[in-house]
This record gives sequence, C-alpha cells and structure tokens, in this order.
Amino acid sequence: MSYGPDPWQQAHWDWRAAGNFVCGGAGGGLIVFAALSGAEGLAPAVLLLGGVALVGTGLLCVWLELGRPLRALHVFINPRTSWMTREACVATLLMPITLAAAAGLPGFPWLAAVLALAFVYCQSRMLQAAKGIPAWREPLLVPLVVLTDLAEGAGLMLLAQPTRAAAQPLLLALVAALVLARMLVWLTYRRRLATSAAARALAALDDAGRWLQFAGSWLPLALLALVATGVIGAALAAPPLVVAGVLATGAGAWLKFTLITRAGFNQGFALAHLPVRGVRR
Amino acid sequence: MTRWAMVADLRRCVGCQTCTAACRHANATPPGVQWRRVLDMEFGEYPDVQRAFVPVGCMHCAEPPCMHVCPTTATKQRADGIVIIDYDLCIGCSYCAVACPYQARYKTDRASFAYGVATESETKRHDSARLAVATKCTFCVDRIDAGLEKGQQPGIDPEATPACVNSCIAEALVFGDLDDPQSNVSTLLAENQHFRMHEELGTGPGFFYLWDKENET
Repeated sequence: MSYGPDPWQQAHWDWRAAGNFVCGGAGGGLIVFAALSGAEGLAPAVLLLGGVALVGTGLLCVWLELGRPLRALHVFINPRTSWMTREACVATLLMPITLAAAAGLPGFPWLAAVLALAFVYCQSRMLQAAKGIPAWREPLLVPLVVLTDLAEGAGLMLLAQPTRAAAQPLLLALVAALVLARMLVWLTYRRRLATSAAARALAALDDAGRWLQFAGSWLPLALLALVATGVIGAALAAPPLVVAGVLATGAGAWLKFTLITRAGFNQGFALAHLPVRGVRR
Repeated sequence: MTRWAMVADLRRCVGCQTCTAACRHANATPPGVQWRRVLDMEFGEYPDVQRAFVPVGCMHCAEPPCMHVCPTTATKQRADGIVIIDYDLCIGCSYCAVACPYQARYKTDRASFAYGVATESETKRHDSARLAVATKCTFCVDRIDAGLEKGQQPGIDPEATPACVNSCIAEALVFGDLDDPQSNVSTLLAENQHFRMHEELGTGPGFFYLWDKENET
C-alpha cells in the first residue's frame, strides 16, 4: 500500500536538456548512417558534417543548461560512474574523428560510426540512470532511445540522399527494420510504464506515441514498401523517401522532447504505512 | 564505524514546521529552498480520513543515485554516510536533482531574499558559492564535525545535533548512529515498526519513519 501526493513534472531539465537528446541523438544516428549509406564523393562529408553539427548543437544546448557554464570541463571528472561524463568523453572523441572522416580519411567513417553508437548509448543510459523519474528509469528506455536515435539518423539520411537510398534495397530494408523495431519497443515500453508512471506522464507519452506509431512508423513503412517493391518507380522515389525521412525523424524527436519536458513526472512522496495514533483502525 | 541516520516518528509530528524554520535559520537558505520540509498529507474520503505530517529532505542514502550520476564528483558520501556537495566542483547541471527520488535538491540561479532587499543578517550570511549549483540538507555536517572535535555526541548534545532535530517541539525527529546498537535511533527502530521512503528503489535511505509500536499489528 502506498499513500502520497500527486507526482509533478520535474522542473530541472527543460528544452535545453531535451535539445541535447533530440539533436545529439539524431546527429549520432546520422553519423552511423553516413557510414552505412556507402555514399561517395561529397555526399558522405555532407552527412558527417550534418551529424557533427547536430551533436555539437545538442552539447551547446546542455551547456546552456549549466548553472556554472565556465566550469564545464569538470564534466570529465567522473567516468567511473557517471553516464554524463562518459557521454562527454565519447563526444570529445567523436567530433574530431567525424571531422577527419568528413575530410576523407579512409577508415574514419566506420570509426566515427562506432563512436556515434557509443554516444547514443551513453545518452540512453544517462536518461535511464535518473532514478527520480519513473518514465526515465524504465530499463526499456535504453533500447527505445537508441533505436529512436538510429531511426532519426536513417530518416535524415533519406532526407539528404533519397535518390541514392532508393538504389539500395538493403539500406531501405535496414531503415524499415529500425522504424519497425522502434515502434515495437515503444509499445512494450509504454505497456510496462502503465503501473509506474503518473497518469499525466502517460497522457503526454500517449500523445507523442500516437505520432510515433502512425506518422513516424506506419506511414514511413508504407512509403518505404512502395519504393522497395517498385510500385513507385525509381524516377519518382525521391519525394516519398524524403517524406518518410521527415516523418521518421520528426516523430522520434517529438517523443524524446516529450519524454524530457512533459513526461518527466517524479513519483511524489509515498508512505508505506500511515501512522497509528489514538484509536487503532 | 558510524552511520548517521535520522528517525521521524510520524505519530508525533504535528506539522508545526519549526524544523523547517530552524533549518532555514541554521543554513541560511534562500526563500523557496527548504532542505527540511514537512509535507501535510491527507488520505481517504470523508468520513474515513486521516492526516499525516511527513518530514522529508535528503535521505543520505547508502546508495545515493545523485552521487553516482554526478559528472564532477561534487556529490560525495562520507565514511559516516552523510552525502555532501562540493560547491566548488558542481557545474549546476541538475542531473543529481532528476536522479533523486526524494526531490531533495535545489538550484538557485540568482540571489533572492525574503523581503526583496537583503536584510543585514542575509547580507552577512549570503554565500555566492551556493548560487547556480545543487544544494541540499547536509545533516548539519558542520555542527556534527565541530561537536565531535569537542568530544560531544551528535544526537545527544544539541550543539552537535542537526538544527531540525534540536528544534522539534514533539521530539518527532531523532538523530544518531545507526551502527551503534545502543544509540537512540537504534533503540527506536528496535521498539517500533518503521519504513523508509521508496525502499523498492534500492537507495538505502538513512531516514526512517516510525508508524506504530512493535508487535501491535
């Protein structure tokens, strides 16, 4: 049995913290897909630079959140237990290596992709380590955030290189698999939250989840299927893939933004027992 | 070893908020920052209703999530179990605040005073090191350390005891060494049924709530 006042939305992390997860995650995903896309010429550099710009924007957002921004370098002190420190360490490696990859150094795109994967993983663990927020501490949040980041990266890749993507059925299949996996993990995550999260947190998540499910998953999957099966010919494939990319990216970003700014309800206070005074009840 | 802990007897607390005021006075916290809060909780529906006053604050957990997430090691745990913050290391990222399941942490970005303009006392006691960083209850660690140096016993000698405990009009708050089986807190825990807040999270709070006598239910 537990008693307690209603939980309330945490007020410590706002759009700036959310910006780190939205931009950083999408940037990390884009760097991964820059390597996977097999693009040649200037194309990979564009994707890699876009990814690093997004990661940098995310870090700038979180820097704006700091109460003491001039002490920002202290963030590197605790790699032993803090996922925020680990994220910062990985980001410090990720950015120059991605720039080197964009400059055309052979092998570096794959190294950047590995680091980008580590970066999005750190972000997911960082959020999940926040024990004060039921919607964040749920273990399934880790795969949900990682898959969302990768699906957003895939979406941005479709947005930037639709024609090239249309010519690679395996790549389209991978994008579709990611979008589908994200939706399935979302549904499981949401089911597991049903008894632990606050009603208002669930309402906010359901709102974003509907977008993720229909606009961010089913519609892109349908468009990808139309292109992959040849119903839409190669000559006309670019517009539907761009739309699929925008939808997959936008819905994921909205889910993460919602998670931080609208579904970050704490669990309030709870008493396992009420005090026994006077006449025993 | 010593493990400092606090016990709140929910049967005794009358919600007078004297501990809150004493804490604010002892630690010079700004308006809106209450390291020792007392919740006024109501349960049930008329006519079967009940009310409880619940002192809350930093639980000085054995496994503090705030410490594990802190990227700067500003949040530390002493050997005696007290969780402290190094204000000079803290970057004010608030990660600890979202990791704390007890909503015990505060961050004040700008100086604020009870009447707008700082009073003489507020001017003297204002500490800019505590601006834009995380702050929370310290179990009045300075009093404890100073008292121990003088050979006093925290929880027994008022000078070495947290201000909230000293001020409690109902003796609902008790402070002492959990590792000493003869201490005041150990005795209370042995004689009464108790629980800790959000125990299921595995944080091992150093703050216990008494709710009934032992062996009466």
